[in-house]
Amino acid sequence: MSEVLVLIEAPQGKVTKPSLELLTIARSIGEPSAVVFGDADTGVLAEYGAEKIYTFDDAVYGEFLVAPKAEALAQLVADKSPAAVLAPASTEGKEISARVALKTDSGWIGDAVDVTVDGDTITTTQSVFAGNFTVDSQVTQGAPVITVKPNSVSPEAAAGAGTVEAVSFEVSEAAKGAKITSSEPRQSTGRPELTEAAIVVSGGRGTGGDFSEVEALADALGAAVGASRAAVDSGWKPHTFQVGQTGKTVSPQLYVANGISGAIQHRAGMQTSKTIVAVNKDDEAPIFELVDFGVVGDLKTVLPQATEEIGKRKG
Amino acid sequence: MTNIVVAVKYVPDATADRTFNSSDNTVDRENVDGLLSELDEYAVEQALQVVEAGEGEVTVVTVGPADAADAVRKALQMGADKGVHVEDDAIHGSDAFATSLVLAKAIEKLEYDLVFFGMASTDGGLGVVPTLVAERLGLPAVTYASEVTVDGDTVKIRRDGDAATQEIEGSGKLVVSVTDQTGEARYPSFKGIMAAKKKPVEEWSLSDLGIEASQVGGDAAWTKVESFEPRPPRTAGEIVTDEGDGGSKLVEFLASKKFV
Ligand SMILES: Cc1cc2nc3c(=O)[nH]c(=O)nc-3n(C[C@H](O)[C@H](O)[C@H](O)COP(=O)(O)OP(=O)(O)OC[C@H]3O[C@@H](n4cnc5c(N)ncnc54)[C@H](O)[C@@H]3O)c2cc1C
Ligand SMILES: Nc1ncnc2c1ncn2[C@@H]1O[C@H](COP(=O)(O)O)[C@@H](O)[C@H]1O
Repeated sequence: MSEVLVLIEAPQGKVTKPSLELLTIARSIGEPSAVVFGDADTGVLAEYGAEKIYTFDDAVYGEFLVAPKAEALAQLVADKSPAAVLAPASTEGKEISARVALKTDSGWIGDAVDVTVDGDTITTTQSVFAGNFTVDSQVTQGAPVITVKPNSVSPEAAAGAGTVEAVSFEVSEAAKGAKITSSEPRQSTGRPELTEAAIVVSGGRGTGGDFSEVEALADALGAAVGASRAAVDSGWKPHTFQVGQTGKTVSPQLYVANGISGAIQHRAGMQTSKTIVAVNKDDEAPIFELVDFGVVGDLKTVLPQATEEIGKRKG
Repeated sequence: MTNIVVAVKYVPDATADRTFNSSDNTVDRENVDGLLSELDEYAVEQALQVVEAGEGEVTVVTVGPADAADAVRKALQMGADKGVHVEDDAIHGSDAFATSLVLAKAIEKLEYDLVFFGMASTDGGLGVVPTLVAERLGLPAVTYASEVTVDGDTVKIRRDGDAATQEIEGSGKLVVSVTDQTGEARYPSFKGIMAAKKKPVEEWSLSDLGIEASQVGGDAAWTKVESFEPRPPRTAGEIVTDEGDGGSKLVEFLASKKFV
């Protein structure tokens, strides 16, 4: 079976859930080989099916944006002739993989929500135009380089050999152009990561700036908290909470929009959620066109009641 | 002296229905009104601010059909100095990779210190054109800037990433893409609209750039669309009005779906 290279993301050494999802997809194509820059918990990678783990351990990868990693990964692709290259659909995952595709004359597919394999043929599904169409595509040249969105599959454990192979690579001077002069890791919110969460509870301008009811419901559901741009622009939540065209795209099992009107730019980031629920006091808010269930009412009373009711049911 | 090239895209209006041409599986740009991509206005704005604070010229470049001239005109109205419109029938159906080739060749013909991009096209772009153009030009790229400062030869940006907030520095020729966090883009003034009529716009074809027709368009793509399908319409949801029991009804629904 041929090798499938999987670009792993592991901030502060902790392998992200989307990375494990990629290993799961890779197993349906061939033998997964994890590619790690810097530190990562290699035990977890083996547990989720990595047969090989290529590690690039040089400070240069943390000192400059994207280009050094792209060069190193492209070299690995040239050396190993993998059946495919999978990368997370994060900002960095997309940039690294697109450059790798260009360097290796390979077709590139961004933001796949599904990857299916039939014999040697890999077909990807993408969701386009704010989720209004799905498109199936195939790569016609080179090893398919595919970025896959979070939550496309559930990560499944399956022991792999996890043989670690340190790779040394000489990064060119040209790749050292965008220097990272400072990096402040994001404080953990203690809640699930927005793009990875199974449930997202969001608040908009309708919260009036007080997210306490939204957060209480989120915690009762074990959900991540999101926000509309109006809430972010008002300074109520940092930009990392923003859902939408210029924020995060989320596709959870359940999305609960509270005090959010449902502008097209907001929809662009949540429209593909499996189940959508909204609470809004305006019965004509466009968000209601999307919902599976909606409550016309004041979030300040509806949400606390819901939170309390969930508490009761949990007992 | 800082000369900045800004890549701007003409996109179908996001508030209109967008679709595919069933004949060749390309995005339908005929039946929908278009405009300068809203996210590229932020790039034009940042370029204007840099040039206004010092000296230099802003040149906007677009790759697209005849109507794409509208995007160039809007940027000129905002204050850009000149425009370049690359138009060629063969470009129709190009993916991000082919588009990046055309843009890179066009930018190479221009005098520039910096190249600015929007963070992503509003018509489903994946935000990779800037990094691909940088790769082709052999330049560093600092993407998704939420703040840009140009100080002589050095460009500093702040980037609010998923895992961290980073400060990034580059010098010399550089590709930068900016987010909507950089600050409101200006509206064209009446004076700007009048002045734009006299600003030069060059029309270039592929042969002006030394690109073969076979290097672009749908046939040059290394991927092919097998099929596309409209999402099944959402079945109308249930909407209740809160009469003191809205929260409980909400939880009943969640429980019926096994979320509680
Ligand atoms: C280039 C560009 C990019 C953009 N990107 C994004 C993006 O990524 N994400 C995004 O979200 N937006 C984005 N926007 C902004 C978008 O167009 C909307 O302005 C924004 O989504 C509105 O946020 P909102 O729904 O919270 O506010 P509003 O539209 O003001 O809606 C507030 C809603 O709250 C309801 N409400 C008020 N009080 C209560 C209450 N007590 N209980 C219940 N309901 C209440 C109101 O009925 C109303 O429907 C972008 C815009 C542009 C131009
Ligand atoms: N056809 C085009 N003409 C000019 N600039 C473009 C074109 N396509 C993309 N761009 C630029 O690249 C950025 C990112 O585009 P994309 O990768 O398509 O999301 C846009 O914001 C534009 O600045």
